[in-house]
Amino acid sequence: MIMNKIILIIKREYLTRVQKKSFVVMTILGPILMAALFIVPVVLSQMSDEVKKVQILDETGWFLDRFENSDRYVFEHIFTDLETAKANISGSETYALVYIPRPEVSVPSSGIIFSNSQVSLDLKSHIRNVMAKEVENQKLGAEIVKEIRKVNPTLSEAEADSLEKSNLVTEEILKNIKTNITLTSIQLGDSGSEAKSYTEVSMGVGMFAGILIYFFIFLFGSQVMRGVIEEKVSRIVEVIVSSVKPFQLMMGKIIGVALVGLTQFMLWVVLTLAIVTIFQTVMPDKVNPQQATEIYNQETSRIPSQANTAALQTMESNETGMTRMLEALQSINYTTMIFSFLFYFIGGYLLYGAMFAAIGAAVDNETDTQQFMLPITVPLILAIVMAQFVINNPDGPIAFWFSMIPFTSPVIMMVRIPFGVPLWQIGLSMIILTVSFIAAVWLAGRIYRTGILMYGKKVSWGEMWKWLFYKG
Amino acid sequence: MSFFSVRNVTKNYAAHKALDNVSIEVPPQSIFGLLGPNGAGKTTLIRIINQIIAPDEGELFFENDKLAAHHVHQIGYLPEERGLYKKMKVGEQALYLARLKGVSKSDAQKKLRYWFEKFDIKPWWNKKVEELSKGMQQKVQFIVTIIHEPRLLIFDEPFSGFDPINVNLLKDEILTLRRNGATIIFSTHNMASVEELCDDITLINNSKKILDGRVSDIKNAHKTNTFSISFNDFENDLRTVLPADFNLISQQAKDELQIARIQIPPAATANHLLKVLMPHVSVHALNEIIPTMNEIFINTVNQKQSTSKLNDYE
Repeated sequence: MIMNKIILIIKREYLTRVQKKSFVVMTILGPILMAALFIVPVVLSQMSDEVKKVQILDETGWFLDRFENSDRYVFEHIFTDLETAKANISGSETYALVYIPRPEVSVPSSGIIFSNSQVSLDLKSHIRNVMAKEVENQKLGAEIVKEIRKVNPTLSEAEADSLEKSNLVTEEILKNIKTNITLTSIQLGDSGSEAKSYTEVSMGVGMFAGILIYFFIFLFGSQVMRGVIEEKVSRIVEVIVSSVKPFQLMMGKIIGVALVGLTQFMLWVVLTLAIVTIFQTVMPDKVNPQQATEIYNQETSRIPSQANTAALQTMESNETGMTRMLEALQSINYTTMIFSFLFYFIGGYLLYGAMFAAIGAAVDNETDTQQFMLPITVPLILAIVMAQFVINNPDGPIAFWFSMIPFTSPVIMMVRIPFGVPLWQIGLSMIILTVSFIAAVWLAGRIYRTGILMYGKKVSWGEMWKWLFYKG
Repeated sequence: MSFFSVRNVTKNYAAHKALDNVSIEVPPQSIFGLLGPNGAGKTTLIRIINQIIAPDEGELFFENDKLAAHHVHQIGYLPEERGLYKKMKVGEQALYLARLKGVSKSDAQKKLRYWFEKFDIKPWWNKKVEELSKGMQQKVQFIVTIIHEPRLLIFDEPFSGFDPINVNLLKDEILTLRRNGATIIFSTHNMASVEELCDDITLINNSKKILDGRVSDIKNAHKTNTFSISFNDFENDLRTVLPADFNLISQQAKDELQIARIQIPPAATANHLLKVLMPHVSVHALNEIIPTMNEIFINTVNQKQSTSKLNDYE
């Protein structure tokens, strides 16, 4: 019965907000802006019609003729030592130097790009693809030989070569050969000094997630507050609390608005992906480098077997243009990222939402909220300010402490996570946040139930403090 | 036996005592007036009955059961400060409020349709509340108060905001509800409607109960043995013919008649008064002046205030 009522309240809070025009507008505008964020830089980076010269210093020799010139890049293999090569490109016309070191034991899986200016994502993903392609091909060859030997160990090399190989390729093999190439980009200063720029993606992602959390907490927290004020001003609250407990009404509202926030977020993600995908289909030459399709055409022709088309298709669909874009960000653990985003959004929102609800209950109209808003906005703004420091030193004491304090942890931890944070720190921070929002919700409930029935009275902090101790 | 009892309820707020050891007994199927000046503690008591707030001391009983959370489905409450979600559609909102009171969706729809037709607001079902006139909003509010067929109804100033025609409509509905078995607690400052509707009353002042009982009993108890007599054929001061313990309050001429108000000693009756006057005047009419609830209210509250100023502990 009690649950039923909370669900009724959640449903109302959710539906009335989702049906609002402002929600629809936000839902449409958000993805357009975000898609623009993805598309514009890509388009811009490809606007220049200048052909860029890229030098390859390949210590492994695996990729000797694998880099094919395109209308944007001309690849040139060089055979000197790294220091000379670096010195040569510093200040020269050459756009970038790709250094592929010889791996100690296994196959090549990493590379370093030296450049004078910021290396475009396009070039990075191109190099990554070519390298991955080659390594995967080699691995595939080795796997197939292994399979053949397993079936018929006495077969000679020539006989093995003439065998129909495609039906030997299993899905497991395809999974095994999947290779991740780690590319680090280092920008060479005028003086020849190196500034590592491989963190730029982590910075971007961290800052973006932090700001998004900040924005969501503010946006939806103040929606809770406005909802409470609306109920109080319209006096409907007295009718409702004669049917349900004030705490149920408050929780119903907070949860309802949280679901609106999550819906908005999901719609943004889905619509952003949709827009980017549509954009790529409409103008494939702009965003989706043709190499992608070429590479996959090669692969399909090599393994034409019916049995494996399905496996190939899954591989292929995993590798659509969008993912290729995101591949540049692959050093980040996205599962952790998304899970923690949702957790810190919900946790931070509950913490602040409860406070917003308490303020809404304490005042008679929105203009009176000013004096109470300050203590809420200050920690949030502080979090955003600290984010600039944290991003430059994601493992420092400032970063640590601000990601433990529950008022700043949702923003700061999101900034840190792309750089990699020890699991115990994430766990501890989450526990602190959970305990804090439970306490906040409980305290807010006590202020709320007194406040909503109090009209025409300017409430002070002292007054709210007293409300905490009122009975029932 | 009472349908609803409040026993020795006390409620303190930080700065003041809102209710001080208040008890009321509401008989079944009656209309019970809860009266008192502003700030006396009526709203606090009503909120306690609705379980919106909890008393510091004292107990409440619903049909001899201790008042519990499940009783909210049997109570309908029309607060004085009333309102609806302005941006929400009328029908949707009525449905929502009915369901919060535990009415199933299909049941609520059926009942709402009946009441909306009865109150002539059917065409407004899909309009937003803010598009409705004040009177229509009040009708919607009244409907959602009674939609779950509560056995105890609490109306706080139910007639405010209604025009006289709708006041009558509402009064009829309230009387019908009682006839159908509901018990009604009715809080108002409108003493005329108290006299018209209430069977029993409780008067609260300064957080204490200062008067309660059946309306007829209270009125009888507040009679002062004062009569109004109209007569003619006598131009002098009536005091010249009245015994010393008969007190002439006023005497004035109106058209060709004289009207006098006379208070007689408690032992005397109207017959005594007539016997005294008949030899001197020709009586046109004689009737006892029964105090109105309005007078009782004002007198009792004023009395208490002046005595409580003298004895603060009272």
